[in-house]
Amino acid sequence: MSHGEQHLTHDGGGHAEPLEHAHPGARTYTIIGVILAIFTLAEVWAYTFEPLRPLLVPVLLVLSACKFAMVVGFYMHLRFDHPLFTGVFGFGLAVAASVITALLFLFHQYPLPHVE
Amino acid sequence: MARTAPVVLDSGSVTPPALESPLVLEHPHPSIGIDNRKLLMWAFLASDCMFFGTLIATYMVYKNRSVVPPFPRETFDVPYTSVSAFVLLLSSLTMVLALASIQRGEERRMRVWLSATALLGCVFLGGQFYEFTTFYRDGLTLSTNLFGSTFFTLTGFHGTHVAIGVFWLLSLVVHSFRGRLHQEHSLFVEIAVLYWHFVDIVWILIFTLVYLIPD
Repeated sequence: MSHGEQHLTHDGGGHAEPLEHAHPGARTYTIIGVILAIFTLAEVWAYTFEPLRPLLVPVLLVLSACKFAMVVGFYMHLRFDHPLFTGVFGFGLAVAASVITALLFLFHQYPLPHVE
Repeated sequence: MARTAPVVLDSGSVTPPALESPLVLEHPHPSIGIDNRKLLMWAFLASDCMFFGTLIATYMVYKNRSVVPPFPRETFDVPYTSVSAFVLLLSSLTMVLALASIQRGEERRMRVWLSATALLGCVFLGGQFYEFTTFYRDGLTLSTNLFGSTFFTLTGFHGTHVAIGVFWLLSLVVHSFRGRLHQEHSLFVEIAVLYWHFVDIVWILIFTLVYLIPD
């Protein structure tokens, strides 16, 4: 697939409409990289900043989700590629998130005894 | 019989032209216009998401249930791991710059960026090896307690993914040196890019959920 190429979908009637768009260039990638580095620094700062302790978990989760979304959207091109890729990956991600949430809820409701 | 021009899609497949008579092509094979290899990689990454999801869930469920030390808080060296996280993030940038280079036809630059990515991956692996050996010296092994078992399984599998990625990148560099990787083959680099970034986003989650979130 060549850079900047628009990909077409064919509806059988000869009409084609773009579903994918040009990938960003090196400048955008570098800007995203700088933002990711800043977010990581913010995570470490939040971890060491004692007054933020009550809000630490939500702050870290939000920062982590932002980094995740930026890498997937820009570096992995989901923002620009065919929506089917988003659907396929989103399905796997949703299953993984559901498993984590369900297990945490289950073990919170029915905790294990502290025995090894 | 009048025919319209065939539509060539990015994967190289050609959709049948619209025909006046439906008898000629009764069962056309429609294409959605995406490369099957790329779709396969996304499907693999989706399944890998579930794999790491279960490992992360297991770690979190068993968190704080160890009765034998060492425990996470006294074991982790967060500043050290932060540097590892930076290294992996930086490797994501160099990886995507390699893709941008081959898409512009700059093969030499692509080799430089790919080699840099592989080098950063090796630095991350070296850091992980040092971390593991330090933990081992502190008495934390795979069978010491629940923390050791879940932690080493999770981060060990991630490290294995990084190691596979490094070999993949080096093979691309070798292919490029042998003149087998040109601009028209950028899809091969793009698929490797997807894998590498997936490894990076998994570490983003591990770094936050395992290392930073308090007990």
